[in-house]
Formats: sequence, structure tokens, C-alpha cells
Amino acid sequence: MSTARDTSRWLPWHAIVVFGFLYLPIVTLIVYSFNGSGVGGFPPHNLTLDWYRMLFADDAIWESVLNSVIVALAAMAISLTFGIPAALALDRANFPGKTLFRRLVLLPLILPGIITGLSLLMLFRAGDVKLSLLTIVLGHGTALISVATTEVFAGLQKLDRAQEEASLDLGANYWQTFWRVTIPNLRLSIIGAALLIFTLSMDEIAVSFFLIGRDNTLPLEIWGRLRRGITPEINAISSIIFVFSLIAIVSWYRLRMNTEKQGIAV
Amino acid sequence: MATTTEPVVTSAQAGLQPLLAIRNVAKSFGKNPVLRDISLQIAEGEFLTILGESGSGKTTLLRIIAGFESADSGEILMEGERLDVLPPYRRRVNTVFQHYALFPHLTVEENVGYGLRVTKLPKTEIAGRVMEALAMVKMTAFARSKPAKISGGQQQRIALARALVNRPRLLLLDEPLSALDANLRRQMQVELKSLQREVGISFVFVTHDQEEAMVMSDRIALLRTGELEQVASPREIYSHPATAYTAQFIGHTNLLRGEIKSGIVRCNSLSWRVGLPEGPALFSLRPENIRIVTPATGSSDISVVTSRGKIQHQAFHGATELLQVVFNDGLTLSVRTATRENRQGDVQLEFSPADAVPVRESPEGG
Amino acid sequence: MFSRAYRAAITLPPLLWVVLFLLAPYGLLFCYSFWSVSPAQTIVHSWTLDNYRELFRVNVYLQTLFRSMWIAARVMIFSLLLGYPLAYYLSFYAGPRKDLFYQLVIIPLWVSYLVRAYAWKTILGSDGVLNTLLQYVHLTKHPLEFLLYSPFAVVLTLTHIYTPFAVLPIYSALEHIPRNLVEASHDLGASPLQTFWRVIFPLSIPGVLAGATFAFVLSLGDFLAPLLLGGPSGIMISNIVVSLFGAAYNWPLGAAISLCMLILVVSLLFLSEKLEKKWSFR
Repeated sequence: MSTARDTSRWLPWHAIVVFGFLYLPIVTLIVYSFNGSGVGGFPPHNLTLDWYRMLFADDAIWESVLNSVIVALAAMAISLTFGIPAALALDRANFPGKTLFRRLVLLPLILPGIITGLSLLMLFRAGDVKLSLLTIVLGHGTALISVATTEVFAGLQKLDRAQEEASLDLGANYWQTFWRVTIPNLRLSIIGAALLIFTLSMDEIAVSFFLIGRDNTLPLEIWGRLRRGITPEINAISSIIFVFSLIAIVSWYRLRMNTEKQGIAV
Repeated sequence: MATTTEPVVTSAQAGLQPLLAIRNVAKSFGKNPVLRDISLQIAEGEFLTILGESGSGKTTLLRIIAGFESADSGEILMEGERLDVLPPYRRRVNTVFQHYALFPHLTVEENVGYGLRVTKLPKTEIAGRVMEALAMVKMTAFARSKPAKISGGQQQRIALARALVNRPRLLLLDEPLSALDANLRRQMQVELKSLQREVGISFVFVTHDQEEAMVMSDRIALLRTGELEQVASPREIYSHPATAYTAQFIGHTNLLRGEIKSGIVRCNSLSWRVGLPEGPALFSLRPENIRIVTPATGSSDISVVTSRGKIQHQAFHGATELLQVVFNDGLTLSVRTATRENRQGDVQLEFSPADAVPVRESPEGG
Repeated sequence: MFSRAYRAAITLPPLLWVVLFLLAPYGLLFCYSFWSVSPAQTIVHSWTLDNYRELFRVNVYLQTLFRSMWIAARVMIFSLLLGYPLAYYLSFYAGPRKDLFYQLVIIPLWVSYLVRAYAWKTILGSDGVLNTLLQYVHLTKHPLEFLLYSPFAVVLTLTHIYTPFAVLPIYSALEHIPRNLVEASHDLGASPLQTFWRVIFPLSIPGVLAGATFAFVLSLGDFLAPLLLGGPSGIMISNIVVSLFGAAYNWPLGAAISLCMLILVVSLLFLSEKLEKKWSFR
């Protein structure tokens, strides 16, 4: 489409500047993870893999990684178990308080993590529950239900209602229809949501900050180290986190795009 | 294949500079040629329809005139000056879009006045002209409404008013009636035509509906895969189609393929005299020009072509019906006659040779 | 089409979870804000308005709140200034590379907050990358102190984090504008600049509001960036809350502040939603 050439010539430059702003810090981080002389200083010299070697020998980090993975998987399970029905309920059921329910479910997405974290802390205090990985799991699960609900709800909009009607027409009951027709059609939305929830849980720090017990998750382990003193080892683990997040998000995006391109009801 | 590019100009227009001159315009999208060497002239105050199937390039041609696409080669002149070098917002051309493209965040009167506000006319003048335009399309009562609240037909009128209020030299209409249902469509065809007469502006109307084209136009430009098949008035193009494609696209026809030898064409078992050179020939014969006769009603004119066939199929079309008549040699003709119950069996048909119009072959594809 | 049992089955479990883990905690927040802490560091469950009085009586709370709002406002403005043209470029100019650029925008969104905040810490410090770079090319002689441990650092880092949050809703709103409206505007004589202000921008306002709300609200409640990069002058309201739940042990007061924040945030969300509806022309 032929639009203006003159006034908009600065647009591509602006885009480059903004992308630069968004990526240079991360690129710097990665570059300095190979820097022998520390996290700062310019120019970087003394290129070495030492920090990575140190990282791989660092047991505490890997323990926290394991904790994070366990938490992420558990949070994924909770978020999906409650998020999928929530999306279905918002799509097809009417009940008193539905608006309030919808707002509550979506609130943790936009609410600063501190409020979610603190309120849950008070809940656990009241219930005399000791802080541990379990409380973190419950925290992440609650906060991330909104992600599951949003993704699945979007998928439901593309779902062909007639397919479920056909299933019922052919003799399947609601439970069978749910497992044989509804869920398979939502397959890609669910996978996308799972990917997103896993990634977000692995990175989560705000809510976890208040619900941490004895065992650290990865972000909290890093946080603790930041208090003690910064070494490029932190750059190294950050770079690895970046690479994994990159893979996860690009996969999620490709998944999304495939469903839309094929136009299938997922 | 050379196509007719010279317009059939009426005597009143002869000698005047055309309003719009399209010269040798060509356009490709990637490797795909959409318009090939189009030359066309549009006169002041005429209603020209660009008619074609989807993929014929008609919308592209319209968009090039409007300025949303640029031609790869060729030029467009308006009243002698180059139009194609100007961006769309500097052309004295306005468009009625296929899906109306009304601004959802503005009211009806704000929509109509948009072009006037943008060129910074004084507010009082804008208000006056907007009211005038709304009255012209009979939508004054809806001035304060938002587009979302009015029907498709009403939106179409507003789109029209919004374009006309700017008093363009040329109005382009991109299949504006295609989204309307049949009755509303017929009504709007009549209204558009009388509006054009009233306003006196040249309209360039794009459609794929040949009936619509015939009802509304002063001239039809038939476009096929990027080339102009024929440019002529509706009556001319109907009764004297230049090619087989034209004959078949506009109205129904029978295509008779034959061989001419010594001034006589033989088409299966039919034959008649023609003043055409030897060789293969193709004729278009409209179904309504074939008459069903009895020995009593048959013409005594010896030049009339007559033959006997069997009615294979009878399709009811309301006022008329279309019969498929099959002859012994396998030739099938469509015949349009007044409706009568249950025609069956053998019939005697006749037609005048003058009604068999010679047409050029239209090769497949493009 | 769906039976009562079906609808009950899909509604009840999430409803129960939400009541237990969202509604009840907020309720507790509410209750705590009216309680107090005894000298023996135990929670006294008698209802009092003392905490709220404290908030308005002692200057530091309101001061910090306003500073936080000012920081959040700046983050919001810069995110929009950076994000809108980028979203516009993506939607109208990127052409075949639109997909790729969109991915480039969402990738930083999902990379750990901590990683990105840490990156800025290493860049902005007096021995950090930026300062040593500037000295290396002889642009400065001494490290620039204000870069780190200042509100500047907090605003910079939060802008970095929330600009993609601003880009996405604006991009979405721009994508929903039918292109024939732009053509119609040109057809009627409006130049591209006029078209932008009269047609494109008004129709993108819901996206702008959504992006602005995200950026403002999330920045307002942020406590990690100030902790890492804010220094004493960059303390925000959430940091006060954190300390009240930590060393300065006063849960009720912290709950009172949190509740105020919750109410403020929810009010802003409502306001934003109302405005978005007003500017939405579907």
C-alpha cells in the first residue's frame, strides 16, 4: 500500500533503536559471561569459559534448578486443571457472580506480584502452613491459572460448536464428548498454555519471594547470590536461562501461528 | 490478440477532450500479469462500467485510477494532465468502497464531511454541503448516528454521499452493491443511475454482474484476464458481441461453429448465405431470436433457416422459459420463448440469418 | 446444549480454587489491615483504624507513594513513546517481516525479569559496562554516579521491561484497523499525517490505554528493581511493604498499605476499562 515516504522515514530507525534498547543489555550480559575480568569494565578481554565451568560444578544452582523444574511442572498441572474448566465455564455457563469470577481469575495477570504473594502468605500463616516448595507451587498455580484460562478461552472461540453437537447427536455423553472432541480440539491451546506457564514459573520471582521456605528456586538462588557479590557466573546462568526462554517462546509462537494458518479449531 | 480499444463515442461527445484517458496501462503482481496494455477513454458525464469475472483485473484497474496502486507502465491523464503521478489525496477522484469503509469512530455527518474538513473549508460551508449531500441520498435523519447502527444499504448511501460531497471530477464505485440482497440491489441500481444523471459526474462502476452492467451503463468495458474484450454500449455489446467470450458472458447465447464455402456457411444440418470469406467461422445466436413455428406460423421468407428438433429440457424462468432442443445431428440449441405448460416432443424452429452474429474465437485462459 | 451437571462440573472446581486462593487471601489482607502488632511481636486481633491513621500521619508513606507514582508515570510515558512507533512500524510497514519482528518483541517479554534487571545493574554501575565504555572512548573522565542506585536506574530498567507490554496491545489495536479506512481517508484528500491523527490514532486508543495501564500498574507495585538498582533515593512503596513483612515486622501496617495499593490498582483498571469501552467502536 502506498503510504507516505517522507514523514515516516524515521520509523525504521526508531524500530532499530528500540530493538537495540531491548536486546543490547541481554547481549552484553551474554558477552560478559565469557569475560575473565568480571561483570563490568570495557572492553571485555580475557575471554574464557571458566564461569561456565564454575557454573556446572555449582551444586547449589543445580539443586535450585531442579526445585524450579518440579515447581514449574506442578504449577503447570494446577493451572491447567483449574484453568481449562474456568475457560469452559466462562465460555458456556452462566452463574451468579460470573463477572466477579472472571475478574478475579484474570487479576493476577495485571496485579503486581507483591499483592498476590503477600495475600497468599497471610493465607498460609492463617492455616499454619509452613513455607516450602509446596507453598510456592500453590502460589504459582494460582497466579498462572489466568494464563491457562486466557489461552484456552481464545482457543474455544475458534472451536466449532457444531463438532460437540455432532458428538452428542451421535450418542456420546458429555463426559465422552469432553475427552473425545473438546480436549483434542483444544490440544494446541493447551500445549501453548503449558509452555507459557512452565516458562513463567521458572522465571517467577515476585510471588516466590514471599512464599519461600528452605529450598530455593532458581531465581531466588540467583537473587541470594546478588546480595553476596556479583560474578560472571551469574551472567553464565542468565545466558543459559535466556537461551531456554528463547526456545520456549519461539516454539509457543510457532505453535500459535500454525493453528491460525491451518484454520483448524484449536 | 488485438482487442477493440476505440470507444464508441456519441455525436455529442465527439471532438471534446475525454475526461480520463488511460493509455497502455499494464500491471503485474510479482510474475502474475494482471493488466496488459489497457487503453480506455472516459467521457464527461458518462456512466461507464468495467465488467469482468474475478481475476479479470477490474478492481486493480480501478485502484490504479484511484491511486492505491501504481501501474508498471503506461499513463493516465485527466483533462490532459498526468494523473498517475499524483498520490490519491491529490486527485480529483473519489471512491465508493466495496465494504463502504465508513469511519466507525465518526458519526454519519462527520463521515460525510471528512473530505471537506481535511481540505479546511470553512465550517459553515461544510455543514451546508453535508446536509445537501445527505438529502441527495435521503439520509438526513441519520446525521447523528454512528455507522455501526445503520443497515448495509444505508451505509452504502453514506459512502456515496461522502464521496460525492467533494464534487470530484470522477467517481469510482468498487462493486458497491455486491453486499446487498437482490431486491435492494435492483432498487439501488435505479437510484444510482438517476443520481448520476442528476449530478452529471462521470461514474466508473466495477462489477461482475452483467445484468447490473447492462441496466446502469452508458458504456460497458468488458475485461478478461487483463485485456479489454470489447468496449461498447449495452445494446451494441449485446446484439453485436465481438468475441465468443463476450457473447457468452453477457446474456445467454448459442455458439454455432461452421465452415464457409462459396458464400454459404454450413453448421451441422443448418446452412445459410453469408458474405464472409472462406474458412471456419463462429456465430452467436441469442435464444430469444429462435422462434418456434408451426406450418401455419412459419415465415415464408426463403432466407430463414429452419429445422426440426426434439425438446429435451424445459426450464421455467417466470415470464419466459428456456428450452433445450436437440437435433438429429446432435446439435443442441437453447430457445427462449413465452411460457407455456408442458412442451414436449418435436418442434419446428426458425431464425433469421441476420441474427446469427459472427464472432471471433476466444482462446482459453489468457 | 450443556447439561446442568456439565456446567456445574466446569464451574465448581475453579470457583472453589479462586475463592480459597484469591478471594480469601484478599479478605485476610483486609482483616490484617485493621489489626495491630504488639510489642511482643505478636498479632493483636482487635480492630482498629490505627494503621490507616499512621499512613496519613507519617509523611514517608505518602511521599514514597507519590514518588512511586511519579516513577510509574515516567515508565508509562517512555514505554508508550518507545512502543507506539514500533507497533505502528510493525503493523503498517514491516510487510513480510512482520512475523519475525513480532517474535523479536515478545521474546524479551518472557526472558526472566531478574536476568534483565541484573543486566542493567552490570551496565550502569560505576565499574559497569557503560561507564567504562564512556571513559574508554574519553567521553567522560569519571564514572557517572547517577546511572545506578537512583530513580533514573529504576525508570530505565522498568521501561526496558515494560515497553514490550505496551507494544502488544497497541499492535493488536492497529492490526484491527481495516486498511480500507486508510485508503478511504487518502481518497478523501487527507495526507498520511492527517490520516494518522484523524483515523488511525483514534482507533488505536483502546490499545494505548491497555498498554499504559499495564506499564503504570506493574511499575507502581514493583519492588525488585528498586531493591537492585534504586538505592536509597529510589525506594518505592512496595519496598516499604516488603520491609514491614520482613525486618520491620509489622504485618498489619504492611497489609494496610497493600490493601490501599490493591484498591488503587483495581480502580485504575476499572477506569481504564471504562475509557477503553468509550473509545471502542465495534
